[in-house]
Amino acid sequence: MTSTTEQFADLSATTLLRFATAGSVDDGKSTLVGRLLHDSKSVLTDQLEAVERVSASRGQDTPDLALLTDGLRAEREQGITIDVAYRYFATARRRFILADTPGHVQYTRNMVTGASTADLAVVLVDARNGVIEQTRRHAAVAALLRVPHVVLAVNKMDLVGYEESVFAKIAEEFTAYATGLGVPEITAIPISALAGDNVVEPSANMDWYGGPTVLEHLETVPVSHDLTACPARFPVQYVIRPQTAEHPDYRGYAGQIASGVLRVGEAVTVLPSGRTSVIEGIDALGESVDIAWAPQSVTLRLRDDIDISRGDLIAPSSNSPATTQDVVATVCHVADQPLAVGARVLIKHTTRTVKAIVKEIPSRLTLDDLSQHPNPGQLVANDIGRVVVRTAEPLALDSYADSRRTGSFLLIDPADGTTLAAGMVGESFASTAETTIQADEEGWDF
Amino acid sequence: MTATVAHVHEGTDAPYALSHLDALESEAVHIFREVAGEFEKPVVLFSGGKDSIVMLHLALKAFAPAPVPFTLLHVDTGHNFPEVLDYRDRAVAKHGLRLHVASVQEYIDAGKLRERPDGVRNPLQTVPLTEAIQQLKFDAVFGGGRRDEEKARAKERVFSLRDEFSQWDPRRQRPELWQLYNGRHAPGEHVRVFPLSNWTELDVWQYIAREKIELPEIYFAHEREVFQRGGMWLTAGAWGGAKDGETTETRLIRYRTVGDMSCTGAVDSDATTLDAVITEIAASRLTERGATRADDKLSEAAMEDRKREGYF
Repeated sequence: MTSTTEQFADLSATTLLRFATAGSVDDGKSTLVGRLLHDSKSVLTDQLEAVERVSASRGQDTPDLALLTDGLRAEREQGITIDVAYRYFATARRRFILADTPGHVQYTRNMVTGASTADLAVVLVDARNGVIEQTRRHAAVAALLRVPHVVLAVNKMDLVGYEESVFAKIAEEFTAYATGLGVPEITAIPISALAGDNVVEPSANMDWYGGPTVLEHLETVPVSHDLTACPARFPVQYVIRPQTAEHPDYRGYAGQIASGVLRVGEAVTVLPSGRTSVIEGIDALGESVDIAWAPQSVTLRLRDDIDISRGDLIAPSSNSPATTQDVVATVCHVADQPLAVGARVLIKHTTRTVKAIVKEIPSRLTLDDLSQHPNPGQLVANDIGRVVVRTAEPLALDSYADSRRTGSFLLIDPADGTTLAAGMVGESFASTAETTIQADEEGWDF
Repeated sequence: MTATVAHVHEGTDAPYALSHLDALESEAVHIFREVAGEFEKPVVLFSGGKDSIVMLHLALKAFAPAPVPFTLLHVDTGHNFPEVLDYRDRAVAKHGLRLHVASVQEYIDAGKLRERPDGVRNPLQTVPLTEAIQQLKFDAVFGGGRRDEEKARAKERVFSLRDEFSQWDPRRQRPELWQLYNGRHAPGEHVRVFPLSNWTELDVWQYIAREKIELPEIYFAHEREVFQRGGMWLTAGAWGGAKDGETTETRLIRYRTVGDMSCTGAVDSDATTLDAVITEIAASRLTERGATRADDKLSEAAMEDRKREGYF
């Protein structure tokens, strides 16, 4: 094996971490992202030259690293980030997909978008201002979306004399607040994105800090353990039936394992029909395997020839979810048109899309102070609220707390296809006592 | 049963981790199958370039042992590399696929498009592409675009709704949450789908190496007669060649991207193998497009502007 091949082997063995950044407009989020990309040597010469050229043409002395991330005309004109952008960088230890989300209050839905697939969220605060409303909002969204790891980056430490006491106070206040919302793991790091302290390189200015830099933490935080520890869930995407001379009888159910582990020989139940069978074979994109796990895309073959189509869910008979037509959930409203009680919508859950009606909107949450407003009648853009939705056909739902994939759904406007709301099944800190349908009655395991 | 633990990631304590290439592959396959499950008439844009070759490979894996349930569409600028067209036709024949070709040359000959003074035909692809989509009534169009290519593409959704004029409006994009892709569209509208959104150039090359995928020869170092224009090495062809003051010389080069010959530059390289290409890309200080594409240098927002008009 040549040294090149070894290097390639090392590169291919790296894992992938998806993370999102959140911060208010002037907290230095673009600088942090720019610093991470720049110091990890992920900004290439021609990109940097383009930034330098535009910065100079605007009369700026130093390259404006925000130009690296603001990709649209309107964003550059206004100097703000409008929409989520995805960035890619790598170190020797790991590959990263960064969802760079805007900080404006009116773009809460964009942070929800970025956080929905993130394993980790970086919440930025300005050391001079400490925990502010926007910080609490970001922590609440991270908690609501159940992002497994949250990093509090206390930025601009250079402007508070690198004082440990300033950092300690902010870290303590944030940790208490976020823990109260159910955030499972919080790591606080004092940084200066502008000066480069503790972003990629450890800071010489903060001897009192013994923890990792932001990049070190991103490189070493564990990922994806939760997915395979959960019960197996397999939403059927597509039925593969070649009907060729070579494969006259092949019938495979293609899909991506949403959670858990599947094994040949396992007894399974197909929902919502409730029919049972046994996994006869697993085809992992061309090779036959005995075992497969989330999030692998595979094709299952079952022992019995039963009626299964797109939208069905295959789960272990020993641990399959209940089905229901009454969905109780927290939703984040992401469309400009409101969602009102009585609205007829489509609900897209895994690979299944069914008709539904919004029966109740028991409460709307104010993210700033987490106060509940009962029966608001409707939700508008960026609102977070509880809903009760009646579906035309039964759905096999998990609680979002148990599975981000089988516990999440979209509400879609059947008239024009607009995505109206992002839903998370089951209880959350946004739940109120007034919710009419008790989750327990549905047999869900919270 | 074979290879039960082939993909277990070594070096962590996680029993069931996936390598990043496996994770990207799994996600892309999921996207292909979603489209197959939800759309009436999808098509895969296929140019014979490395990204579309990887897309075809993923589609073949996604539906195996059944054939790929999509047709292919190539927008031929009329100035494509002959080696690439040859590869395209061989791939189509090998997998028994159906290929539609939308021809920029035919549009020019019919007087429906006018040649640009600089001879660059990439921007002219938009009209034949969008008309082919309308005429053949495709409702989902797979493209090999990656978000790492360009900052307007960094804003692109995996499922990107286009109106009846194929226009992209970045401010009116649907939020895209979890892996729940919303493909709803009105008649006449269609959805552009980008299964490689989360791949980088290096990922594509590593995947090609891992899967032992054949590529057109021009991706590997070879001696070729080239001349320099606008800081790029171009190959003369039917589209034109060196003008007064430009001299042709033989250099050892390869291509990082494959597009219209008039605007796709070669890079100096001695990388003749996949391993050597990967080493070269990993060490490169230039982006793929910055190094080899003239059309992206036209303005700060060249890609955004073209995408708005319906470019992929």
